[in-house]
Amino acid sequence: MFYRAHVLVEMTSSSVALGAAQVKEQLEREIARAGLGNEVKVLETGSFGAALPSPFVVVYPDNVIYAPVSVRDVRRIVEEHLLKGRVVRELLFAGERGGGVATFIPPSPLKKEKRVVLRNSGLIDPLNIEEYIARDGYLALAKVLTEMTPEEVIEVVKRSGLQGRGGAGFPTGLKWEFTRKAEGEEKYIVCNADEGEPGTFKDRLILEGDPHSVLEAMAIAGYAVGANQGYIYVRAEYPQSIRHLEVAIAQAKERGLLGERILGTSFSFDVKIRRGAGAYVCGEETALLESIEGKRGEPRVKPPYPPQKGLWGKPTVINNVETLANIPPIILNGPDWFRSIGTPTCPGTKVFTLTGNVNNLGLVEVPMGITLRELVFEIGGGIRGGHGLKLVQTGGPSGGTMTPDLLDVPMAFDTLPRYNSALGSGALTVIDDTHCIVDIVKNFAEFFLHESCGKCTPCRVGGKRIVDILERISAGAGSPEDLEKLRYLGQHMKATAFCGLGQAAPNPLLRCLEFFREEFEVHVREKCCPQGVCTMRPKPQPKKTVRV
Amino acid sequence: MAKTLREVAEKAQAVSLVTVTIDGREVRVPEGVTILEACRMEGIHVPTLCYLEGLSAWGGCRICMVEVEGQPNLVASCVTPVREGMKIWTSSKKVREARKTNLELLLSNHPLDCQLCDRNGSCELQELAYQFGVREIRFQGERKVYEVDQSSPSVKRDPNRCILCGRCVRTCREIQTVCAIDFANRGFDTVISPSLGLPLGESVCVNCGQCILACPTGALSEVSHVEMVWEAINDPEKFVILQTAPAIRVSIGEPFGLPPGTVTTGKMVAAFRRLGFDRVFDTNFAADLTIIEEGHEFIARLKQGGKLPLITSCSPGWIKFMEHFYPELMENVSTCKSPQQMFGAVAKTYYAQKLGIDPKDMVVVSIMPCTAKKFECQRDEMCASGFRDVDFSLTTREAARMLKEKGIDLKEMPEEDFDDPLGISTGAAAVFGATGGVMEAALRSVYEILTGKTLERLDFYSVRGMDGVKEATVDINGMEVHVAVAHGLGNARKVLDQVKAGRSKYHFIEIMACPGGCIGGGGQPIPTNLEIRMKRIEAIYQVDRSLPLRKSHENPAVQRLYEEFLGEPNGERAHHLLHTHYVPRERM
Ligand SMILES: Cc1cc2nc3c(=O)[nH]c(=O)nc-3n(C[C@H](O)[C@H](O)[C@H](O)COP(=O)(O)O)c2cc1C
Ligand code: SF4
Ligand code: SF4
Ligand code: SF4
Ligand code: SF4
Ligand code: FES
Ligand code: FES
Repeated sequence: MFYRAHVLVEMTSSSVALGAAQVKEQLEREIARAGLGNEVKVLETGSFGAALPSPFVVVYPDNVIYAPVSVRDVRRIVEEHLLKGRVVRELLFAGERGGGVATFIPPSPLKKEKRVVLRNSGLIDPLNIEEYIARDGYLALAKVLTEMTPEEVIEVVKRSGLQGRGGAGFPTGLKWEFTRKAEGEEKYIVCNADEGEPGTFKDRLILEGDPHSVLEAMAIAGYAVGANQGYIYVRAEYPQSIRHLEVAIAQAKERGLLGERILGTSFSFDVKIRRGAGAYVCGEETALLESIEGKRGEPRVKPPYPPQKGLWGKPTVINNVETLANIPPIILNGPDWFRSIGTPTCPGTKVFTLTGNVNNLGLVEVPMGITLRELVFEIGGGIRGGHGLKLVQTGGPSGGTMTPDLLDVPMAFDTLPRYNSALGSGALTVIDDTHCIVDIVKNFAEFFLHESCGKCTPCRVGGKRIVDILERISAGAGSPEDLEKLRYLGQHMKATAFCGLGQAAPNPLLRCLEFFREEFEVHVREKCCPQGVCTMRPKPQPKKTVRV
Repeated sequence: MAKTLREVAEKAQAVSLVTVTIDGREVRVPEGVTILEACRMEGIHVPTLCYLEGLSAWGGCRICMVEVEGQPNLVASCVTPVREGMKIWTSSKKVREARKTNLELLLSNHPLDCQLCDRNGSCELQELAYQFGVREIRFQGERKVYEVDQSSPSVKRDPNRCILCGRCVRTCREIQTVCAIDFANRGFDTVISPSLGLPLGESVCVNCGQCILACPTGALSEVSHVEMVWEAINDPEKFVILQTAPAIRVSIGEPFGLPPGTVTTGKMVAAFRRLGFDRVFDTNFAADLTIIEEGHEFIARLKQGGKLPLITSCSPGWIKFMEHFYPELMENVSTCKSPQQMFGAVAKTYYAQKLGIDPKDMVVVSIMPCTAKKFECQRDEMCASGFRDVDFSLTTREAARMLKEKGIDLKEMPEEDFDDPLGISTGAAAVFGATGGVMEAALRSVYEILTGKTLERLDFYSVRGMDGVKEATVDINGMEVHVAVAHGLGNARKVLDQVKAGRSKYHFIEIMACPGGCIGGGGQPIPTNLEIRMKRIEAIYQVDRSLPLRKSHENPAVQRLYEEFLGEPNGERAHHLLHTHYVPRERM
């Protein structure tokens, strides 16, 4: 059974005292009453790594937080949000009430901000192509079609040093070159707008605020590699992005900027929209291709990689939204301009989304190489409530875990791996020191268990056993050997999982086991949770038989 | 895609070689093969679970992990192609630990009650746990508990024993193109399930049982008729008749340790006689009968301009497939019942009369290579005498188990003959067990009936063998008769789509649901793989060659049956008893 949405209800001792159990019951009743029983699932969650008023309710994957929620509010959340897709603004967590989730952080006084991919967002009307054109829109496309050979385009992108912003940081120019050189009549350009990482919403902002920049970049990529068809795989929970894209595609076609014989040249390029299947792993490039082909969203065997055999077995470029949005400015301003931003080995900017226990929540585009200290304490305005910093999770649960000792490491694709961390998609979840490390790690592990596609043993069962052990520890039933088992399973999963999801899943666990060793030890030796978060009481396991 | 060893060998000839080092030994292997294949060529059988020869490699179980120098993670050998200069380690500490851990993880969500399991003794999971020396399961936790799906007349699904290797799914999709089952849910909740979560019995599953052969564990097995058969044998009121299918005599030796391809006809008869059946007869008798009926049906359609091509009807998996996916070809399919059903109909009428037994006291049991036969014998139409033509249908595996329960070792049996008269048969009936056999048998008779001449060369080699689709052209009285043979439903689809599109030149088509025909049926001993299939086929032709009569119309018992009871082939009585009809079914 696939669920379109999950509603997470905070179930901690403090929230239960404030009526969380009743809220959950009422949610289940209302969801059933609205006929959404097969589409929406109610889950319990622990504390969420954020100082939210209790009890809070999170609608996932929309990432909308309602807090605090009372039984009276439940019907409106179900009828408005879950049934009609309209966020109930009055009930939103105060920190998000302003512009919804996608808020810009006010420009920092230190002028750290540098807008390249967000150059138009918020400044132009995304539903009016004229405004995009007025800001040099489609000029880069015109330039490549009339003045440059495909090889020259690829050369420029290669020289710019642009690396994929979808998480892996693969050099974009090389990817295009491989695809251009791959044999095949038909080739495809796919834009990855699945944006499944919790706490990230940069791609949505670009698609909603500046859809043409992505379309223009796809056409340029098409010209460069010899593709005439593009697909944008958009997360199904982004109806607004889809609408803006639809309008933008229609307008671009009307003006001959997409479709047959673009700008009177012999080059044709069309773009189709595909809705995401609603699973995190569908953001993985080969699972995404399977999903576009109408199959179960499960990663493919690699090699062959998409540039050799991608969509329907044809050579395919897959690029993230943010990666693509960099392309038109690179073409217009040249690779040297791009290289002047960021670090020598990792040029350009990065959009970061700050969530969690910082004062300024939201999104900011800054040059690569910025430090976490600058991001959290200057741009983010420091930790909320005067607490200390426990850790920052970069790039979502599968990214890296940055402990306070790493605050001055420059943030870039090539630097973070040195600390067993990763830049990922740019989500930054700040967690303060009132949180329990076992609870934090358990939350991450549960996320992965929930998102595992189930194909391979180490992720499907190993991931489950990691959660089982963590639950045991937080229920006060852990033993010192459990810590060794966790480490072993984590490393095992990393070394043998089929795809990037399972390989990256144990990263936070492994890093935290090392850095917060003492806190884990206290849990298993003294059966005590220093932060008072773990229940330290065993919970009975229900046995049930399922018909399939 | 599907990679058989033969294809690998062909590749080896066509493609250049690369040098890799396996466990410190430098070897030259064809470019493009996987690490797993390279290791096998060097005699190292890297353990696998989700990999199965003939299916696409999938890489899910992570048992076949090996270490490649310079690569931070271990790699799955079944999906990783070799590269020049690769240094591969197949049993380093890291590799052994990783494999064992993945096995333990699978076992941590497994019932671990092998004694209660259908595959106790032939289970790949059990065997690996033994080989890896698993003595404890370090990672305990929640275990999934599922209801067993007993809705299908043929295939029982026990998801508790499933390790999610996907071999059944790929078999059903890639070999059979039925796509009755697939993965459902995600993560730890992943299960194999018929589409829409329906019970298997309500799905498009055609009961071929190929998924059972593919399954490494006890998650898939046949619906057992063993208890019912024991009960009938032990009931003094019942007259219990056994029929054994053409493909059993070349496979039932395997569970008793005889090499694949051993012909055991006489010993098999002796063994089943000792099991307590009142008569041990031969489905081959009915196979000869089928050729007479189907041959005359073909001749009639040929002469009177009836619907052509005529398509054979002896494989009940194929019949259900046709009802779901090609109902528009229903009139092309022969109306003849399968040999199993013809046998039952004749036993409960002609033979019952001969003996003076009330058919209600007669129990007909069949031993079949096939799980679909369980479904077939329960079809509403199959009641010629007013009672079920066939009461119970055992697979080869079930039959071997019954013998073992009683303590009969087939190897040690004397050679005995089938009982009279329903035990007499020809070589034409024997070849029914292999793909192309029905066609070959039909051609031997149709040719002689139409031309009145004696066929000199009885062996139609072009319809034999494991090629997916085979064709031949036979000159009969100056007319070119085009025939085709397909086995495995994916291959059948290729031929059927041509017929549907009106692009087929064929007059007569044989279709068997199972790859290799019945010798590769879903009820056959496990393992059944390409190599074993070929050995059984060889044995089938050995039986054919050894028989004095090799044409169905020369079977004296069948001739007597027409004289004494049936009248004319395709006549009224024959029609009532030996022919059937079909029902269109939903595609979903
Ligand atoms: C589990 C998993 C989830 C992913 N999700 C996304 C995603 O939501 N969006 C994205 O752009 N890339 C995602 N990726 C990365 C893609 O596989 C791929 O590397 C990327 O789309 C390539 O584009 P780029 O080179 O422009 O970064 C994910 C990878 C993994 C392993
Ligand atoms: S690692 Fe997890 S998500 Fe990736 S293929 Fe394996 S089960 Fe699926
Ligand atoms: S499937 Fe295999 S391991 Fe599992 S209980 Fe059956 S015989 Fe034992
Ligand atoms: S019995 Fe045949 S049709 Fe049915 S699920 Fe198995 S392979 Fe598919
Ligand atoms: S039923 Fe058998 S073949 Fe199918 S996935 Fe499970 S273990 Fe594998
Ligand atoms: S056999 Fe290679 S991963 Fe399963
Ligand atoms: S028809 Fe299934 S084995 Fe012969």
